[in-house]
Amino acid sequence: MLIKKPADIKPSEITDYADFKQRRHFIKQAALLGIGAGLGSLPLQSGAKNTDTLGRPIEPLLKTPYGKGLKLTSYDDITSYNNFYEFGTGKSDPAELAHKLNTRPWNIVVEGECEAPGEIGIEEILSGFVQEERIYRLRCVEAWAMVVPWVGFSLGDLLKRFKPTSRAKYVMFETLFDPDQMPGQSRKTLDWPYTEGLRMDEAMHPLTLLSTGLYGKELPNQNGAPVRLVVPWKYGFKSIKSIVKIRFSETMPKTTWWQMQPKEYGFYANVNPQVDHPRWSQKKHRNIGEGIFAGKHETLMFNGYADEVASLYKGMDLSRFF
Amino acid sequence: MLQFSRSTINRGIKPVVFVLSLVPLSLLLYAAVTDGLGANPVEVLTHQTGLWGLYFLLITLSITPLKKFTGMIWPVSLRRMLGLYAFFYACLHLTVYFWLDQSFVLQDIVEDIIKRPYITLGLTAWLLLVPLALTSNQFSMRLLKKNWKRLHRLVYIAALLVVVHFIWLVKADYAEPLMYLGMLLLLLLLRTRIFKWSS
Repeated sequence: MLIKKPADIKPSEITDYADFKQRRHFIKQAALLGIGAGLGSLPLQSGAKNTDTLGRPIEPLLKTPYGKGLKLTSYDDITSYNNFYEFGTGKSDPAELAHKLNTRPWNIVVEGECEAPGEIGIEEILSGFVQEERIYRLRCVEAWAMVVPWVGFSLGDLLKRFKPTSRAKYVMFETLFDPDQMPGQSRKTLDWPYTEGLRMDEAMHPLTLLSTGLYGKELPNQNGAPVRLVVPWKYGFKSIKSIVKIRFSETMPKTTWWQMQPKEYGFYANVNPQVDHPRWSQKKHRNIGEGIFAGKHETLMFNGYADEVASLYKGMDLSRFF
Repeated sequence: MLQFSRSTINRGIKPVVFVLSLVPLSLLLYAAVTDGLGANPVEVLTHQTGLWGLYFLLITLSITPLKKFTGMIWPVSLRRMLGLYAFFYACLHLTVYFWLDQSFVLQDIVEDIIKRPYITLGLTAWLLLVPLALTSNQFSMRLLKKNWKRLHRLVYIAALLVVVHFIWLVKADYAEPLMYLGMLLLLLLLRTRIFKWSS
C-alpha cells in the first residue's frame, strides 16, 4: 500500500497565542461597552476557545492515503465550531463547556445480537487497534463542511470482536447521558440520550471510522471525546459523539433526529445534493475557514464517496430513504 | 417622570442614540476585518444583522406602550430614527444573504424564496417595511393624513413575520425565538384597550 503523509497543518492556520489573547481582550472591551443586553449576544471572537492544543498525541500513528490532496480545515475551526447539543445549541457552546466532561475512565458497553457481549475501555481501544490517520470530508446537514484529519480505525474491526450474529441487521449507538458533565442535557432540546444507528453493512464498511483523535492528538472533548463515530458519506449528525453504548439489533434503531422530525431527518441521512432538507437546499455547502467572500461549493453525491459506497444503496429510492 | 426640553432632545439625546445604534454594526465590521467572527463569519453576519433588525423593531414598538404607561413623551421623538434603524439592519441582513450567502446567484435565490417558507416570510417582512421607510418623512405624513397611521400599522404584521421567520429556521432549540415572540405579543397587547391609560 502506498503510504503518504498528508499535508501538515500550516503554521499560518494556527492562531498564535498573542492574537488569541488580543481577541479575548477585544471581546472583554466590547462587553464592557455593554450597550444593550443584545451586544452580549455578538459572538465576536476568533474560534480559539480551547487551550487544548497540547492534547496527548496518539502514537504510533499510521498515515494513510485517505483524503490525499484535500485542504485541511484548521485545528482552530474544527475545535471551536461544533454541533454538540449535549453542551448547548450554540456553535461555540461545546468549546466553552466541554471541559466538564471526564473521559477517564470510559467504557463502551456492547450488547444485543452478538455472541460475545461485553465492555471495552478507552485504553484498550487506543492500544488494541492500529490507529490510522484518515482525512475525510465532513458535511453537516446545515450545509457547511470541513476537512478533518481524523485518527481512528475501521469500526468493523471493533464490532467483529463481539461476534455479531446473523440476526444483527443494525447497530445502535448511544452518547453518554449525564447532565452534570453535559450541561446542555439539563434542557430537553433533544430526547436524550442521543441515539444513532447504521445498517450492518454500513457499519462494517471500511470507510466507517471509530475515531479517537484528530490532528494526531486525542479528541478534544467538544469533538466527541474520547471515542466517536465518523461516517464521511452521511450528514454529520450520524457521526455520534462520546459513545458509551453499542447495541446490535434486528430492527432499525430509533435515532434521535429522525424521532424528533422524521420528515426532515431520515435514518440513512446520506449526503445527497438532489434531496433537499424540507427547509433548505442541500445542493451547495460552505467550506469552513475559507473566509467571508469565498461563496459556496457544489455538494457531491455521498459527499464524494460514491465510488466506495454507492453500491450499498443499489436499487433503493434515495428520495424516499433519505 | 422624566421630561426633556426640545433642544436637549434634538442636540443631546438624538445624536447619542444615532451613534449608539451604529455600535453593533461597527463591532461587526471591526470583527470582520480583524478575522474575529469565528469559523463561519457569514453565518455570524447573517444572524447578527437579522437579530439587530429584530431588536430595533422591538425597541421601536415599545415606545407607544412606554408613553401610555409612564406619560413620557420624549421617546416618541426617537421613534422614527429607531424604526429606520430596524429597516437599516434588515437591509444589511438582506444584503448579507444576497451577496455573502448566495453570491448573487439568481437561480439559487429565486429557488430559495419560492421553496423555503422562512425565506419567503423574511423577504415579505422586509417588503412590508419598505413603504414604511419611504413614508417616514413629514411630507408623506401630510400627504397621507389619516392613511399614514393606517399604513404604518403594517409594522405589527412585519414584526410578527420576522419572529415566525426566526422560529421557522431553528432546528431544535426554540427558546430564543419564542422569547422574542413573547415580547412582541406583550408589546402589542399593551397597546390595546385591555390595558387602560394610567395617570
